[in-house]
Amino acid sequence: MTIDATIPPGKAKSTGSVLNDPKVRGYIYQGITLLLLVVFVYWVTENTIENLKRANIASGYGFLNGRAGFDVGQSLIAFTSDSTYGRALVVGFFNTILVAVTGIITATIIGFLVGIGRLSHNWLIAKLSMVYVEVFRNIPPLLVIFFWYSGVLAVLPQPRESLALPLDMYINNRGLAFPRPVFDSGAQFTFYALVIAVIASIVFARYARKKQMETGKRLPVLWTVLGLVIGLPLLTFFMTGMPITFDVPIAGKFNLTGGSVVGPEFLSLFLALSFYTASFIAEIVRAGIRGVSHGQSEAAHALGVRPGLTTRLVVVPQAMRIIIPPLTSQYLNLTKNSSLAIAIGYADLVAVGGTILNQTGQAVEIVSIWMIVYLTLSLSTSLFMNWFNAKMALVER
Amino acid sequence: MNTHQSTFVRTSMLAPSTPPVLEKGYIAWFRKNLFATPKDSVLTIIAILLLAWFLPPMIKWLFIDAAWTGGGRGVCATVAQGGSQPEGWTGACWAFVGAKFDQFLFGRYPIEERWRPALVGILFVALLVPMLIPKIPYKGWNAVLLFAALPILAFVLLLGGMLGLAYVETPLWGGLMVTLILSFVGIAVSLPFGIILALGRRSHMPVIRMICTIFIEIVRGIPLITVLFMASVMLPLFLPQGMTVDKFLRALIGVSFFASAYMAEVVRGGLQAIPKGQSEGADSLGLGYWQKMRLIILPQALKLVIPGIVNTFIGLFKDTSLVSIIGMFDLLGIVRQNFSDANWASPVTPLTGLIFAGFTFWLFCFGMSRYSGFMERRLDKGHKR
Repeated sequence: MTIDATIPPGKAKSTGSVLNDPKVRGYIYQGITLLLLVVFVYWVTENTIENLKRANIASGYGFLNGRAGFDVGQSLIAFTSDSTYGRALVVGFFNTILVAVTGIITATIIGFLVGIGRLSHNWLIAKLSMVYVEVFRNIPPLLVIFFWYSGVLAVLPQPRESLALPLDMYINNRGLAFPRPVFDSGAQFTFYALVIAVIASIVFARYARKKQMETGKRLPVLWTVLGLVIGLPLLTFFMTGMPITFDVPIAGKFNLTGGSVVGPEFLSLFLALSFYTASFIAEIVRAGIRGVSHGQSEAAHALGVRPGLTTRLVVVPQAMRIIIPPLTSQYLNLTKNSSLAIAIGYADLVAVGGTILNQTGQAVEIVSIWMIVYLTLSLSTSLFMNWFNAKMALVER
Repeated sequence: MNTHQSTFVRTSMLAPSTPPVLEKGYIAWFRKNLFATPKDSVLTIIAILLLAWFLPPMIKWLFIDAAWTGGGRGVCATVAQGGSQPEGWTGACWAFVGAKFDQFLFGRYPIEERWRPALVGILFVALLVPMLIPKIPYKGWNAVLLFAALPILAFVLLLGGMLGLAYVETPLWGGLMVTLILSFVGIAVSLPFGIILALGRRSHMPVIRMICTIFIEIVRGIPLITVLFMASVMLPLFLPQGMTVDKFLRALIGVSFFASAYMAEVVRGGLQAIPKGQSEGADSLGLGYWQKMRLIILPQALKLVIPGIVNTFIGLFKDTSLVSIIGMFDLLGIVRQNFSDANWASPVTPLTGLIFAGFTFWLFCFGMSRYSGFMERRLDKGHKR
């Protein structure tokens, strides 16, 4: 409209200006935007190069081969202060994955329990679940992390007065000590057995499904799978002469000896992320179950399907279709929130990167590594989600 | 004639017999809601045991054993820790919160100038409350005052350096004040930017669509803390020498960027839910693009996604706590900074401070979510037949 005003009236009358063609105007707008963007990027790049030159920082990823010179508190792979920056980042990446995976598992369990609890007919359970959700959903995760870290775990007794927990575990202000499995020779057979059991279970489940489609008979899938996955490795374990033993932590006079220890940083991050994300998962689960219309279960009852089977065969599969897409994005959120580790010094990708950034000043490179890693995670998640949605989409006529 | 009447017709109804004892009052309620099935009974008993194990110590810690008044760490520490409490004492240290309350509100803002943020706060509440109550008229003027006049006034009052007000640099700002400013600006910036990004992502022009999509996906794909790092570490790199951006402003930019991307996705959801006929109808009436969006599409789309918008606001409010990681003192940051105050350091101080901060955050977020529920119900009436 503003362009209309600039066109001389005579000209517009005769042919209709090219500028009034939406297509041409679109090209003009896009051209201007692109030009501005290019100029902006050029200006930023020039400034960055200039600033880096003045600060004597060599750009490029060569610094990854330099000696790190710092220690990390907890690492899944061998790491000393003589290792390279690159290895430190790998350690950080594995730590991120570790806390994300454990957190996701715990959050899913708590979230499903609480979500189902909110729909319970039991007044007390429903109200307790509601209080849980409303409390944890409305408090920043960072605060929950500090709550565990400096509020609870820091005021636990010292190692010499460690609190004993069940299963030979101890907890003190340096973290949680738990029995460490020791693998002797022959232990690998147990793992092979586990792998075989899982494959066999999948084959059996497919067979059972096919059988049900053909004959309508249901085979006892759950029990067979449980038997296979637990029984087969256990059998192998005893047959090969119990090659896995446990190194149990023992409370000594001043400290605990033996076992494995996870630090309070990991514990508080893990607990906080699990509890925080669980409150969102609970709401997703609740919405999913309520999203299945009542007619579905009524129809199942009318067909004579028993209540337990109705839930398993009619309600849950349909609820899962609603639940899984937001659930994956919650998993992604948890993974991204694990970057709050930097606040308490758990050596995740962001915390390690931050340390390197302070030491070397390679801001652009570090930030680019962060972005690549997190973007890869989130893009693969959305790819999975697209695939899932396509698979689960309602097949209509 | 026989006057004797052989038929009997009651003129009043029989009083209903009382229901069985087990079917009325508390007992029936308990039976129905707590002990309906054996499984329910077990769950109820477990829940009651859990509450009995958990609640009394919590109340005792929070209220009964708590140190409510006192001038220093002595009241919050046991004798062995150098205080006056008996051995084995533990309880909340509300005296700490009381003594530091002004700091939790305003940070290190100079004490003699604190009337300025207080005035801004009062004005904010005075403008916000009528905005939130649907019955009060003049919403347009109210919005202008709240979103245009107040920010300018707040900028002048808080920063100072003009009109005879002393200059207060932003590193001195802190506490709840910073949390609220960050969220208010984030909310006020992210909504229009989010709408523009969402429209851009649905645009027919490939270049604009691509730019918006890339921006949204990148910002949504990375954690806020890396965005804040970028804002605080890389922004100075991007600018020419001598041009600096205030640290507070950097955090504001980071938070607003982040919230805009999320807002864009929420708004896009609303835009997608509007049937194509609405847009075609607007086209056939001869409305231009912006007229069509402003008058037809956006009012419907935004109404649909109010819950999502408020959820983004709540997320933004909680996320402002992250600025404490890049060295600013928002509510959480200032509470944590005070843990190291030698005058108040004791084993229970951190927990007390964090519970106070958590409760404050909770109050705001819970209030927002309740208000959004209220708005949803109010706006939903149009669809009821």
